[in-house]
Amino acid sequence: MADELLIPIAADVDVVTARQRGRDLAAEAGFSSGDQTVIAAAISEIARNILNYAKRGEVALSVVANGDRQGIVIVARDQGPGIRDVSRALEDGYSTSGGLGLGLPGARRLMDDFDVSSSVGKGTTVTMKKWRRVNA
Amino acid sequence: MEVPILKQGHYLIASIQSALTDADLSQLREALIERVGRFRARGVIVDVTALDVMDSFAVRTLRDIAHMARLRGAETVIVGIQPEVAFAMVQLGLTLKGVSTALDLEEGLAFLDRQAQLRIERGSGRIDRG
Repeated sequence: MADELLIPIAADVDVVTARQRGRDLAAEAGFSSGDQTVIAAAISEIARNILNYAKRGEVALSVVANGDRQGIVIVARDQGPGIRDVSRALEDGYSTSGGLGLGLPGARRLMDDFDVSSSVGKGTTVTMKKWRRVNA
Repeated sequence: MEVPILKQGHYLIASIQSALTDADLSQLREALIERVGRFRARGVIVDVTALDVMDSFAVRTLRDIAHMARLRGAETVIVGIQPEVAFAMVQLGLTLKGVSTALDLEEGLAFLDRQAQLRIERGSGRIDRG
């Protein structure tokens, strides 16, 4: 496992920090500026979810290689209340916080791989990845 | 980071200079809506050229600004959405439905001028008594 960049999330300024670090890491890993923006937007959504639902947590960023692909991996963890119904939380327009309900489903559309594991009362982990082809 | 708001004629121009936190965006909304009244503004331009991402909170806040300003008698136009930001917005499923947009500041000003002209022609604009 490559080095992990860990960003604690406890205030709205941390959401900005997380998406900017994510953008920088994506740039270093060779992602296009369009992909950098997509990655930053996805991080912004899931980091805000941590604040809104769990108050605090962390976002871990890393770069991985897989054959001729290179990817950025974003893991958002919290020990918050958890998500009672993950499949509903992934539907457009469903929100229990008064938001637009596009954070989680939107982030899923932005990324290539997307996984949510959550248990009520224990917390939530969102793992998402974006890949790019590396020319040999 | 507070967003500077300039007054130009009957218009207010908020020019975002850097990434904004959710609190900064909310503060911008309050400041703009208050100033629409204080300066009797008929138009508001929010320049988002320097905004790093447009996520769901930013879109919601911009929509709120446009709707609240309209309730106060001012038209809002969002200018400067960058191509990659537009792409990410569409992927996220975010729309600015009901909110006017223009390519850049120049187009935004031209848009507001046309709107003002239309209001005068329709006779529904506010009447200036110098």
